[in-house]
Formats: sequence, structure tokens, C-alpha cells
Amino acid sequence: MKRMRRYVRNNAVPLALLAPAVMIILVVVLLPLIFSFYTGFTNYRLIRPESLWDFIGLRNYARVLTDADFWAALWRTVLFLTVALNLEMLLGLCLALMVNRITWGQRTMRTIMMFPMMFSPILVGFQFKYMFNDTIGVVNNALQSLGLSQKAIPFLVDRWLAFGSIAFAEIWMSTSIFAILILAGLFAMPRDPIEAARVDGCTSWQVFRHITLPFLMPFIYIAMTIRSLDVARAYDIVDVMTGGGPAGRTELLWTLIARTAYDDARMGRANAMAYVSILLSIFFTWFFFRKLMAARQHLGAF
Amino acid sequence: MAEVSLRKVIKRYGQMEVVHGIDLEIAHNEFVVLVGPSGCGKSTTLRMIAGLEEISDGEIAIGGKVVNRLPPRQRNISMVFQNYALYPHMTVRENLGFSLKIAGKAREEIDRAADEAAQILGLTPYMDRTPGELSGGQRQRVAMGRAIVRHPDVFLFDEPLSNLDAKLRSQMRIEIKKLHQTVATTVVYVTHDQVEAMTLADRIVIMRDGHIVQTGTPLDVFERPVNTFVATFIGSPAMNLVDGMAEGGAIRLSDNVRVPLPHGFAALAEGQRVTFGFRADNLMPLGHGLAETGEVATLELPVSLAEPLGAETLLLAEIAGKEVQAKMMHPRPVSPGEVLKFQLALDYCHLFDAESGVRLERKRDHGTD
Repeated sequence: MKRMRRYVRNNAVPLALLAPAVMIILVVVLLPLIFSFYTGFTNYRLIRPESLWDFIGLRNYARVLTDADFWAALWRTVLFLTVALNLEMLLGLCLALMVNRITWGQRTMRTIMMFPMMFSPILVGFQFKYMFNDTIGVVNNALQSLGLSQKAIPFLVDRWLAFGSIAFAEIWMSTSIFAILILAGLFAMPRDPIEAARVDGCTSWQVFRHITLPFLMPFIYIAMTIRSLDVARAYDIVDVMTGGGPAGRTELLWTLIARTAYDDARMGRANAMAYVSILLSIFFTWFFFRKLMAARQHLGAF
Repeated sequence: MAEVSLRKVIKRYGQMEVVHGIDLEIAHNEFVVLVGPSGCGKSTTLRMIAGLEEISDGEIAIGGKVVNRLPPRQRNISMVFQNYALYPHMTVRENLGFSLKIAGKAREEIDRAADEAAQILGLTPYMDRTPGELSGGQRQRVAMGRAIVRHPDVFLFDEPLSNLDAKLRSQMRIEIKKLHQTVATTVVYVTHDQVEAMTLADRIVIMRDGHIVQTGTPLDVFERPVNTFVATFIGSPAMNLVDGMAEGGAIRLSDNVRVPLPHGFAALAEGQRVTFGFRADNLMPLGHGLAETGEVATLELPVSLAEPLGAETLLLAEIAGKEVQAKMMHPRPVSPGEVLKFQLALDYCHLFDAESGVRLERKRDHGTD
């Protein structure tokens, strides 16, 4: 205690200067975090504030972990993440490689490439919702006018078609993140090893496979890390396009959590779910970050 | 057999022509050095041989086969790049074996070839390191090792030593020369360093502004430079050039400095303007070197600066207000402003046309040489 007091006296000015920052972090981040964590152990319902004091221990977590709907949403989210991330990576890579070859008008092309990112996800959701609509959507309309399909395809109703449609919207919007980051990698890439590989006997494909791709891997993993956080909390597009339905067929983690919290008003249980799902995000971040570090190590000094 | 032939090779970038119709025949196992100041087109020429640059016009043949349309991988060449161009994500062993792996060779064969190359270049202790963990000289060696494992028809070197410090450079120079003696292969070597060119080449090709200025053995170009550009480019220190005029059987360099016409130049017209060239090695203070018996002129020149190098001292003397370099063997201290009596070996002097800079040849029918 005495030492503590001496410490405070000796460092009064730095401590005083740090205090506002610490206070802000406490109030803005830590308090809500502790509060939400606490509610996970209560039977807190939004419409009955007094239930905040109804402490029920681990019952919410037990419910969540034995809830088949929750697990279904979790696996669907993992699947969604896998599909979206991989396709975005492949398309982004192709896009970046192509844009990298352009010599004239490349800046314009890069700007155009980023257009999808500039829209609000909600609006992107609405746009695709109406495009894929089975009665008035342009996609069905086009397919039928061209004679490729006899009847309306229920894009947003069928289990897998709806999943695919949402993934399509997500990929349409975010491929450019991959493209931009990979393009940055291509710009940073030294030319010499590529020429050396060509002299060493590589075909274009072999140059890409053995030289270009290893060099791009760190950039790909950075994009993966960013996007895995993004997709793991996917909500807006799904909510607008299908609302998790029909009948829970496209329910992802956060649509389920939001429904539990606001439609059912079970804030306590929703918070318990949220804490479980955050583990998923942490896992993916950790996973890609480790890959990133390994890839960087692999490239040695570069 | 892999001779390399360049026939009227032209390189254009858009409208701009940078290599203007080069003709060059390189014999099997010959070590040819392309040398010239930066921007003279030597690297571009090398890259056209490698297939990394398209040939705008003309023809390049390797081993008698025209390769204009062949990609680098079908030309059976190896190239060592200025920045090493190692594969950063591969170990030394993988770097060395990469070309063989691509060629689909068996694992044991790749390892054997990599070990053999490592042995020649002293890389054996570093086989499992990545390029990031190697010094400049070691990286350079890996780059060379990568070139030799394939037993190519032609080695191409693109300024391979310019990123190394002076000591390492002279060491690697010797290694390259040895390497050429052990793995007899045609070599085309590009550099801007005339010392490298002199020490390594069987034949030097001096380029300027996309043209070949002179081709010849190192001694050839040193002793008989075709013009003032080659004269000042080859040899260190650079050849001294002083403008003068033929006058009464002598060359007048200034009002009070005249040099007798060297042998073989008697036919020079009276009043013809020439550039008089000589190397520092052939202008020495009386009694400090120059034990030759040939024709010697004696000049009295003021010295403005002395650079002692130990075994010899480089002197800056003045002729007609122009600084020329002279050499002093068995040096003694010289103070600035001192006037020394110099001897000039006329047999080793060169005359160039003052207008065009083209070498004026000695006439053999006159004199004894």
C-alpha cells in the first residue's frame, strides 16, 4: 500500500494524463462487456427489466449447447464462411491477376472494381432480393424469356438455392476486398524471381504455382482474416433477403441471436449464444493469423 | 555446340529504337563481355538472347537454331541476375534444384546435381538456409549454382557483381573465371565495369547508344581503341586526351608544349587537328620509371596534385590548361605547383581525328615497326 502510494506520487503526471483514456475504455468497452456477460447468466428478458436480477447460473449455456437450432445455425455459418471465403479468394485472385495485366486504364479499372464495396449491405440485400424474387425478379424473368426455364425458380425459398443466393450476394459485394489486397501483393512482388523462373524452364502456370502464389499467400491470409471476422457476423444481407427463413432454412448465427434477443426478447439467452459464437470468430482469426505468420516466415526476409 | 549469333538485331520500345541492328558472332565456349555505360543497350541485348525481351527485328540463333519465337524455357540457357533473383521461399537446396524439379527429374538426380553445384561453389554448409539468411556473396553463389545445375548451352550474366562490395567483387570475379574453366560453356556477360570486362573476357564487345563500337580481345581494345570513347572507357585511369595540331613534324599541344610526331604518322597534313592520347603509365617523371628504349619525348609540366598509392604515385599534371594523369614509380614526395621533367613514351601514344574521334592508324611503310 505504501509502495503503491509512492508509485502514484512519483508518476502523478503520466497517470493523470492516462486516466481519461483508461476511463473511456472502461465505460465504453469493459462495462458493456461485463454487463452482457452477466446477463448470460440471468433470465433477462427485454420486456421485463426486473428479470435482470433473476440469476439462473449456467442454465442459458446448457440450453444453447443442447439446442439443435443453434447447432444448425452454427454449422450453416461455418459452411457459409467456407463457401464465401473460398469463392471470394478464387475470384479475387483471378480479378487481381487480370487487372494486373492491364497497362492502360488500370487506375480506372481498380476504382470500378471497388464499387460493390461502396454500397450498404442492406441495399445489396434488397437488390438481390428483388433480382432473385420468383415472381417479379429479373433473373427468373430472363431465364423464362430465354426459354432456359419453364417455371419460376424459387431462389429464395428452396433450402440450397436460398443459401446460394445469399452467398452470391455476399461474394458479389466483397470479392473486391480480396482483389485489392492481392493486387497490392502483386504490385509489391519483385520481377526478378519470375524472370529467373521463366529462364529456369517454367511455363506460365508453373511460374504462378511456384513463385507468384507463395508470394501472395500472406496477402491472401490477411484478406481471409479480415473477411472471416466479417462473414462470421453476417446479418444484414441474410436478414433482408430471407430473414433466416423460410422456416429457419437459412438461419445463420447472428440472425438466430437477433431473433432470440429482439423477437423473443430473451436477452439473457441471446447473450449466451453470442458468447459461444464469438469463440467461432476467435478461432477463425487465430487460424488465419497463424497461417499468415507461417507464410511470412516461409518467405524469409521478404 | 552452342554458338550464339546475333544478326541485325533491333529492339524498339514503341517508337524509340534502343538497339540499332547489332551483329555479333559468339563462338562455342567463348567468354564474351558486353560492356558500356548505362543505357547503352547491353542489358537489353542480353535479355533478348535470354528471351525475356522480344526481338523487334533481326535474328538471334543459339547453336544454329533461330530462337526469336522461343520462350526462355526452350532456349536451354541459364541466367544470373543483378539482384540474384533467388526464390525467397525456398531453401538453397530447393533453389538449386528448382529447374530440374520443373524439368521432372528424379529426386535423387536433383539432389546429386544440387550437391555437386554446392560443392563447386562452397555452399554445402548452407543448403538448408533460405536466401534471407545468406550474405550478398553467398546469394550470388546460389544464383550461379542455380545456373550451372542445368548444364545449359549458354550462360548469361547480367551485371552479377554490381551489388557486392569491392573486395567480394574481385573474389567472385576469380570464381567466375574458374567456373568458366571447369564447366566449359559459352558465356555472355554484361557489365558496366571495364575492369571486370578486361579480366574476364576472351573477347570484349564495347557498346554505346545501342551500337557496337568495338569488338576484340582485352589487349586489342586496350592497345588499339578505335575511337576516343573506347580509349577513355577501357583502362584505369582513363586515357589522357589533349587536343593538338600537326605542325612542322611535331604535334603542338599548346604554345610551349610540343611532342614529336610518333613513328608512322609522318603523313599527317600540316595543320591537321588531332586528339593526342596517352595513358598515365606512359608519362612518368624522369628517373621514376619508363626504362624503355623506344622513342621518348621530354616535357616539363607543372604538377597540381599527387595521390600516393604506395608502390606508385598518381600525379595530376597540366598540359595547355588541361589536367592529365601521370604515374610515378619509386615515388618521392611531390608538392603541388612543382614543375617536373616528364618522359613520354611515344610508341604507346594514340592519335585520333579531332572532329570524329576516330583512331588514326600508324602507317607501317614508314619506320621500322
